[in-house]
Amino acid sequence: MATSILHRASGVALGAGALWLAWWLIAAASGDEAFECVQGFSTSPIGMILLFGVTLALMFHLLNGIRHLVWDLGHGFEVKTATTSGWTVIILAVVLALVAWGIGLSMMGAF
Amino acid sequence: MSLRTPLGKVRGLGSAKEGTQHFWVQRVSAVALIPLTLWLVAELVCLTGAGRDEVLDFLSSPLQAILMLLLVIAGFYHLKLGIQVILEDYVHGEGAKLVTSLLNTFVCFAGGAVSVFAVLKIAFGG
Repeated sequence: MATSILHRASGVALGAGALWLAWWLIAAASGDEAFECVQGFSTSPIGMILLFGVTLALMFHLLNGIRHLVWDLGHGFEVKTATTSGWTVIILAVVLALVAWGIGLSMMGAF
Repeated sequence: MSLRTPLGKVRGLGSAKEGTQHFWVQRVSAVALIPLTLWLVAELVCLTGAGRDEVLDFLSSPLQAILMLLLVIAGFYHLKLGIQVILEDYVHGEGAKLVTSLLNTFVCFAGGAVSVFAVLKIAFGG
């Protein structure tokens, strides 16, 4: 199924996300101006689209990673089981990303 | 009859000379990242829209600083291992493979070093 290449693609996306996190941390450690720069980018329309993409990639990679660990233990290899777990991971990743953003945006008073 | 030497058998490292080391450390870091990632998402959601003061305040707590250190160390290590597999699979030609692999290692270590330094600086109140 497509989850194999999606695992790699989301991993690469999380690489960008990890560098984004490093940028955020060093900016917070550096000063107000540097921090404003990261916050400005992260809360811009393009920044928020990218950040939502990273959230989605994170949830997918996390859930599909757990699926891989279960496979490593020798379970869930039947075609039917693997297809079901694949779809579960995809749907759950979207739901969790939306929930995380729903809570975050409501804290900012967006709703 | 096996053509493998007794020494090769007992070492058990196979033709790549690394055995299952890469496979194993990828899984160890993956397991560590499950709780750490959930913590990070919860933390970042809580810090939505937070100003610098709140972020500094948050990371000056020893527990939060230690969790952030563990996350960036496990995260960048896991990233380095994962990207390495992708490069080995898709980059053909020894020169290009060597250059991209070196670049991967340098970027991941640099990202990790920057993050660790930042967290420590904040945690120690600088």
